[in-house]
Amino acid sequence: MLPTPDTSHVPYERVYEPAEDSFLLLDTLSSSSETQFLHDTFSSPKPTIPFVVELGTGSGVVLAFITAHAKTLFGTSQILTAGVDMNAFACRATITTVAKAQADAAAESNSNSSETTHGLYLGSVMGDLAAPLRSHSVDVLVFNPPYVPTSEMPSRPETFREDFSPKTTFDDDSYLLALSYAGGADGMETTDRLIDGLPEILSPRGCAYVLLCAQNKPELVKERIRAWGGGWRAETVGSSGKTAGWEKLQIVRIWRDTAP
Amino acid sequence: MKVLSLNFLTCAVKACKSSSSSYPLHPQDAELVQDEIELNPDMLINVLPRLDWAALRTTSSELGFPPLPEQAPTQEELQADEKLVRDLHHLLLETQISEGKLVCANCGHSYAVKEGIANFLLPSHLV
Repeated sequence: MLPTPDTSHVPYERVYEPAEDSFLLLDTLSSSSETQFLHDTFSSPKPTIPFVVELGTGSGVVLAFITAHAKTLFGTSQILTAGVDMNAFACRATITTVAKAQADAAAESNSNSSETTHGLYLGSVMGDLAAPLRSHSVDVLVFNPPYVPTSEMPSRPETFREDFSPKTTFDDDSYLLALSYAGGADGMETTDRLIDGLPEILSPRGCAYVLLCAQNKPELVKERIRAWGGGWRAETVGSSGKTAGWEKLQIVRIWRDTAP
Repeated sequence: MKVLSLNFLTCAVKACKSSSSSYPLHPQDAELVQDEIELNPDMLINVLPRLDWAALRTTSSELGFPPLPEQAPTQEELQADEKLVRDLHHLLLETQISEGKLVCANCGHSYAVKEGIANFLLPSHLV
């Protein structure tokens, strides 16, 4: 088991607290089948360095895990990572979570050898999904979306706060938390926007790990992606919490089979 | 945010995506901070093929760094050029933008950077 990043500094009154969904992403990304896939795709024979982006980082626990354990997950410490979140507090928390996890990983590896095992974190930006990123630049995209079905989406303010003044109201905080879970119809309003953008976001060798819950109708989601043609594939690569035969949560890997 | 991240960022306005002048974003009033990071030449040599060199040259000169070579070196050339490796390491990995703005030359929108975090959320009339 790889250690879970420390998130004790994260202000949970306004940033999503790591939960079952976050831990399913950690377990899936470090499972033997996924590390095999990532090794095969990104560590040989010395292709260009992969750019790994998490959207909606929240506390940063997943991005910190990927960055700190790059060598184990990708077979190389040479990966670049970055995070995007609408919530300024989440971006700030993520910077600290990654820094702590990197320091822990460095201390751990120094006791064994002098080799670097963690990747290189470029930073976090506030943004709406992948809007700030250059087209076709992302090699691995990770998204734990707001997936809970809700009758309406949190309404968008005219501008977003970018300062960190401690004077926030209860309304501000509950808005930020609502953004982290409220998914609208079928819990898919945000995830659908992301999935539709994947062909534009991902590099030719790129893949995406997206978390879905049973109410998101994951079978239909996967069929829709496969129907794009062009070698697009979507498979469930991790799951948890079976209830009456239904997987409560699952991770779907979306990628393109490229001709050899 | 590390200077290297500017090589991956672009204007968030949809209509700007197809315009070449929306990339790279132009730093203004940038306050820089320096971290000390252990030099890893192998890492830099492997980052090289990922870089948009022309964009990096623009960013580098706008931040007041000494000019980079006009043409991107090959990986072999970079390997043999210890000074360029050090310069790139310092610029791309050790230098962070902590405060300032990133401006799109196409639409003129300015993205604020505070505490090292750039805000790419657009006001609703631009969404």
